[in-house]
Amino acid sequence: MSIVFYILAALTVAGGLAAMLLRNTVHCALALTVAFAGLALLFLNLDAQFAGFAQILVYIGAVAILVVFAILLTRGSETPKEGVYSRSWLAGLAIAAAVFAVLGWAVLQSARVLPHETAVPAVTVQQIGVALVGRYVLPLEIVAVLLTSALIGAVIIAIHEKVGHEKEEHK
Amino acid sequence: MIDTCDQIFVLLQHWLVSFLPAAWQTAAGVLLSVAAIVCLFPALFALTTVFERKGLARIQNRLGPNRVGPFGFFQPIADGIKSLTKEDIVPLSADAAVHFLAPVLLVVTVFMGFAVLPMGRNMVLVDLDAGLLFYFAMGASSELAVFMAGWSSRNKYSLLGAMRAVAQMISYEVPLLLSSVVVVMITGSLSLTKIVEAQNHYTWGLPHWYIFTPWGFAGFLMYAIATTAETNRSPFDLPEGESELVAGYHTEYSGFKFALFFLGEYVAMFSISGLGTTLFLGGWSAPFSFLTWVPSWIWFFSKLMLSIFVFIWMRGTLPRLRQDQLMNFAWKFVLPMCLLNLMVAGLWRFMGDGWLRWVVCSAILLLAYVGLGLGEMRRQRLGPRSYRYAE
Amino acid sequence: MLGEGIIKGMVETAKNFFGSYFSAERLTTVEYPEQRIAPYEAARVFPFLVFDSKNHAGGTDWESGLRCVACQICEKECPPKCIFIEKSKDKKPDALGRLQFYPARFDIDISVCMSCQICVEVCPFEAIKMDTEFELSTEDRFGGLLLDRKQLAKSNQYYHQIHPAEATGVDAKLAAEKIKAHAKVKITDEAKTAAIAGAGA
Repeated sequence: MSIVFYILAALTVAGGLAAMLLRNTVHCALALTVAFAGLALLFLNLDAQFAGFAQILVYIGAVAILVVFAILLTRGSETPKEGVYSRSWLAGLAIAAAVFAVLGWAVLQSARVLPHETAVPAVTVQQIGVALVGRYVLPLEIVAVLLTSALIGAVIIAIHEKVGHEKEEHK
Repeated sequence: MIDTCDQIFVLLQHWLVSFLPAAWQTAAGVLLSVAAIVCLFPALFALTTVFERKGLARIQNRLGPNRVGPFGFFQPIADGIKSLTKEDIVPLSADAAVHFLAPVLLVVTVFMGFAVLPMGRNMVLVDLDAGLLFYFAMGASSELAVFMAGWSSRNKYSLLGAMRAVAQMISYEVPLLLSSVVVVMITGSLSLTKIVEAQNHYTWGLPHWYIFTPWGFAGFLMYAIATTAETNRSPFDLPEGESELVAGYHTEYSGFKFALFFLGEYVAMFSISGLGTTLFLGGWSAPFSFLTWVPSWIWFFSKLMLSIFVFIWMRGTLPRLRQDQLMNFAWKFVLPMCLLNLMVAGLWRFMGDGWLRWVVCSAILLLAYVGLGLGEMRRQRLGPRSYRYAE
Repeated sequence: MLGEGIIKGMVETAKNFFGSYFSAERLTTVEYPEQRIAPYEAARVFPFLVFDSKNHAGGTDWESGLRCVACQICEKECPPKCIFIEKSKDKKPDALGRLQFYPARFDIDISVCMSCQICVEVCPFEAIKMDTEFELSTEDRFGGLLLDRKQLAKSNQYYHQIHPAEATGVDAKLAAEKIKAHAKVKITDEAKTAAIAGAGA
């Protein structure tokens, strides 16, 4: 547990907290991006090059932009006067605590499940690629089908809107 | 002697670092290389602004700036002093923190891309195994900076410009990545140094650059189109078109922050041309086997400047594309060609050596080009004009 | 074929680029202010008042040679009303020897003037013509752009320099008028002497 890990962990937690506590929605999205960056740096700290860079490429490069676009296209720029709290916050807290407990237990038990791991395994991109199309080809194809269906769904929604608009104009 | 010239910067770095105690040597070496990159590329940017203005001027039948210095080559100094002494205006209703961070983020992510470019033999800052992936990760992060700039200015035009810029950059990122993936497929590695080394062989004096193969040529064309769109360069510069959107996402920036955006755009151009040189034009390898005595970094930077000149040439020639024409082009022409290129590259690899694979691959790509061109890119048949009057 | 237009365009711009170093007709610009293009015959910027150096009033200076007789037609016809004229109280002889008023004050506000040339077209005395001087910028925004009659008065020789064909035409017209006026005076004189002789006889 080196000093670098503590700094990166603090950065990630701070980003996550800020994403929850800030009032301006776009600020929250940008704080979430900081949390993603912290996560990517943690991956790099563990020498998982592919995972770290893919995290930056996918999360910061695409998901963060998607989040800000969604905020812009739905909300506009009104900043709420006070913070937004939901009324069922107690139930939310309980669920979050339960999930945290499960994840924490899984992480702490990993030392017992894999006792012989001493050195960092060197996983090259080629090994990841071979595993993806060899052992894990079925999940890969299922994810591909999922993404394709999401894309087709988005196109269908957009086409319906366009056709709806045109019908209204012609009337 | 030739080797000394070739490795002169590496030797210089080792010599300078040898003055320090051994514990600090690696860190100092890295810092020195970083300082070199941070000093060199802005200087190149200054030179490029003059070349661009004078080149565009000559294309447009006029002289460029020729008052400051010999033939106007000190003009960037005058421009730099001007932008440093201008007042830094932040709009009252703008989001001050994000407004400040946007150019910072842009410049940081753009400079990070240089860390993996091999600028000469043994002249990479960091030799990453997943170097190409790192480069694209940094490129994707710079889009967020564009969006931040546009949103924080609280200006309709900025926001519109930022949305258009981000939409354009996202749609052209897919062809960019796909055209680079072809190179990775054939080389078998994501490391940029290995890609250059794979191209550094010669047959009958001619090099094995990937651009001289059918799939490499098609890939290079797609890559060039995608890079022009990624860096918001003419003919894809609608997000910053002066006649449409004032200045797009950097409307509300003045003084040094504007200069930072300008710097970021040009340095992004350099780094993406550098990547294109590495992937398709052989990086630091010489064009003919009898020219290998010229230092490798001279070849890299000449190819880089050649790409910049082609960018300037395109800017002076082509009119701006409209947003929908841009998008149509990306999704209906460039993307299918890139996917086909992937398959053709696979075919190339498994057909084995010989003249047959050249003929077959070139034929498939040419047919696809002509077919897609005739099919998807023909002029829209517009129906009779309908008018709607205000009631 | 797709891409043909781009190639043709790029060849054309390459020709422009390399040609601009060699052929003068490709590089059509002029390095102002060291090099200037001569203004054309019909160029016009702001009006000026013409004065004749040799005139009947006897003097050679601009004040006595001004052709303007303060008829105020240009002031009335000017669309943005940028001419301000004050008639003098006394009269002085003009080129044809007749006594005429002259403008005690003739100001043109060139920040308002739109160079429409209507004042030139309506002047019956060929007194106001269009100048080609355009480097009139000044630091005084209001007073500096209000030209008075001393600044507006320029000689007929200057008029010949800037609009040679027009000035020659105007000179010919004025000379013809002079001849007609002399002929009319001669006829009137002859008629007068004939009437006196007739009355005497």
